Amino acid sequence: MLEIKDLKVNIEDKEILKGINLSVKAGEVHAIMGPNGSGKSTLASALAGRDYFNITHGKIIYEGKDLTELTPEDRAREGIFLGFQYPVEIPGVSMVNFLRTSINSMRKYRGQDPLPAGDFLKLMREKKKIVEIDSDLTNRSVNEGFSGGEKKKNEIFQMALLEPKLAILDETDSGLDIDALRIVSNGVNKLRSPENATIIITHYQRLLDYIVPDVVHVLYKGRIVKSGDKSLAKELEEHGYEWIKQEVDANA
Amino acid sequence: MTDQEKILNEVTGSDYKFGFQTNIETETIPKGLNEEVVRIISAKKEEPEWLTESRLKAFRHWQTLQMPDWAHLRIPEIDYQDIIYYAAPKQDAKYESMDEVDPELLDTFNRLGIPLEEQKQLAGVAVDAVMDSVSVKTTFQDTLADKGIIFCSFSEAVKNHPDLIKKYMGSVVPYTDNYFAALNSAVFSDGSFCYIPRGVRCPMELSTYFRINAANTGQFERTLIVAEEDSYVSYLEGCTAPMRDENQLHAAIVEIVAMENAEVKYSTVQNWYPGNKEGIGGIYNFVTKRGICKGDSSKISWTQVETGSAVTWKYPSCILKGDNSVGEFYSVAVTNNYQQADTGTKMIHIGKNTRSTIISKGISAGKSQNSYRGLVKVLKGAENARNYSQCDSLLLGDQCGAHTFPYLEVDNRSAVVEHEATTSKIGEDQIFYCNQRGIDTENAISLIVNGYAKEVLNKLPMEFAVEAQKLLAITLEGSVG
Ligand SMILES: Nc1ncnc2c1ncn2[C@@H]1O[C@H](COP(=O)(O)OP(=O)(O)OP(=O)(O)O)[C@@H](O)[C@H]1O
Ligand SMILES: [Mg+2]
Repeated sequence: MLEIKDLKVNIEDKEILKGINLSVKAGEVHAIMGPNGSGKSTLASALAGRDYFNITHGKIIYEGKDLTELTPEDRAREGIFLGFQYPVEIPGVSMVNFLRTSINSMRKYRGQDPLPAGDFLKLMREKKKIVEIDSDLTNRSVNEGFSGGEKKKNEIFQMALLEPKLAILDETDSGLDIDALRIVSNGVNKLRSPENATIIITHYQRLLDYIVPDVVHVLYKGRIVKSGDKSLAKELEEHGYEWIKQEVDANA
Repeated sequence: MTDQEKILNEVTGSDYKFGFQTNIETETIPKGLNEEVVRIISAKKEEPEWLTESRLKAFRHWQTLQMPDWAHLRIPEIDYQDIIYYAAPKQDAKYESMDEVDPELLDTFNRLGIPLEEQKQLAGVAVDAVMDSVSVKTTFQDTLADKGIIFCSFSEAVKNHPDLIKKYMGSVVPYTDNYFAALNSAVFSDGSFCYIPRGVRCPMELSTYFRINAANTGQFERTLIVAEEDSYVSYLEGCTAPMRDENQLHAAIVEIVAMENAEVKYSTVQNWYPGNKEGIGGIYNFVTKRGICKGDSSKISWTQVETGSAVTWKYPSCILKGDNSVGEFYSVAVTNNYQQADTGTKMIHIGKNTRSTIISKGISAGKSQNSYRGLVKVLKGAENARNYSQCDSLLLGDQCGAHTFPYLEVDNRSAVVEHEATTSKIGEDQIFYCNQRGIDTENAISLIVNGYAKEVLNKLPMEFAVEAQKLLAITLEGSVG
């Protein structure tokens, strides 16, 4: 589904990603871990098409298409969803209006008619249940005044509504209380299917108890320096990143 | 240059949707302005002697005045002798039945979304349609008359209700008020009059639609609204003009009188032709709007969505004379390309316990200049006056300007006056967030801007609010790629 080949990304003149290789197949869940500032969010943003990241080298192939040739909105319409590490507030824009605009833009891209208001509200109700999100929140403006955890829940709610093929969740677990963590993980698990794939960026192996990954990668200084199964996450939890850093820096 | 600026710089083809011209025989008088022209206009309208005299007095006064230059506007010299002061679609008298109305005219107003056939209209909105210097048709007059409400063109009111006109015309905006008020008082053509009798709640929205059609003409209309004790009316005003390379002048006067316990809501969606992307053409819009809360506990509320005109100079104001009276001003002013707006309000607190609220949202894009100018004045006798002002500016790109000029004159110590102001740039993060949910940048900006202006848009009557939202989006089309 997703093939990243030797991807190098700059911000201004600084190289942040220094040759990423990653292959994600339909049905898989990949976890990406790594120290602060190692480039995890940069990778996520580059996949979503944030424009101030310059791709200087390499390829991103998604479903056989060169992703870099698509605008951010077309990537979204092709089924790529980014759960933001820091979801932004859009004052005065109601969740309902925002999500309807979103869903209908996607439908238009697929040549479908806009969803009638009644059907849309029904769909919202259904999906609200999956993430156990309060109607109080969905009646407000997009993320405005939401607590940190509420914003994260709202990202998963949107994911449930949009049913992406490839979901990239950037630290969706940080800031969630224990109950919310369980709810959000359940939400992600319910949406898991043989047709779609998920990339989970996280600092905590705890999340991976709920959402069991097929592969765990460690990103460090802009490179994937280690990959393994879920036991790698356990190892990191126990020993931290120091041993990996030493390994990598010794070889450098 | 950041990417957003690049996006903002990429000008796509956004077209003014109301720029067409109606091919209809028009009766005009020669260009130029002098006493003779003033007399001709008055004669065309078959006005009584007192009104002709009042026009002449205003004209003589206007000749002694200079065009004001204090606004944050750059206006090329206007040649007042190069303008036609009267233009009317040819017709014998005002149409009695729809069959008599020129199909071209009907078609024009249909294309503007203002069908003149009553059965086709939005239920609950009565319309006075004004093209160039005359009112073409006023709908639902009979329905309103049953309640004693007078809603007609200004010219008709002069003929049929001279006492009311004599009593109230110029009582809120005297011809001596300012340069453009003097000009209007001399050459005003048509407009609307509405009178709500004591104790009557007007059952429908009253609305005037102004259309400039003829070339080289100015439009100078007057609107007068009188709300007697315990009455209520909601009034809407809309305006458009064809696309032309020359600038056209529009100088209107609106006067509102609210008696004890009366409430008047006045909403405007101003969409005069703004000129093209290079700043060629467009309407010069110099308008004096003022209401007086004459009686105790009366209320006047101005809501305006200003998207059009090359130049806007306009300060809808409230004189809060009655005790416990309330004045409100809600405004969204959008400027794009080379548009310039200097708009705001004046709240004059005279009575005790008078309250005023000012919410102004400026949105600037392109190379435009957008200024808020507002005066809050509390006179000595205005015990416990309250004002709250909030002026926000939103910038799209960094070649535009936003300015705030608040003036405060407080002569009573018990007054509480609050002023808040913010300036923000539309966030790239917000746009990207929308993009990531499949919403393209153009629609994202429209969503964000409408969200920003929501507080004001919410004050508009429902049908108008929807129109206004679309208009905001259209105005900003082309400010992004
Ligand atoms: N817009 C930006 N401008 C300049 N530098 C940036 C920008 N975004 C990211 N960086 C830098 O790129 C590097 C990688 O950042 P990134 O956000 O991808 O890290 P991360 O792995 O997601 O870290 P964290 O675990 O703290 O979320 C950091 O050094 C960061 O300072
Ligand atoms: Mg990060």
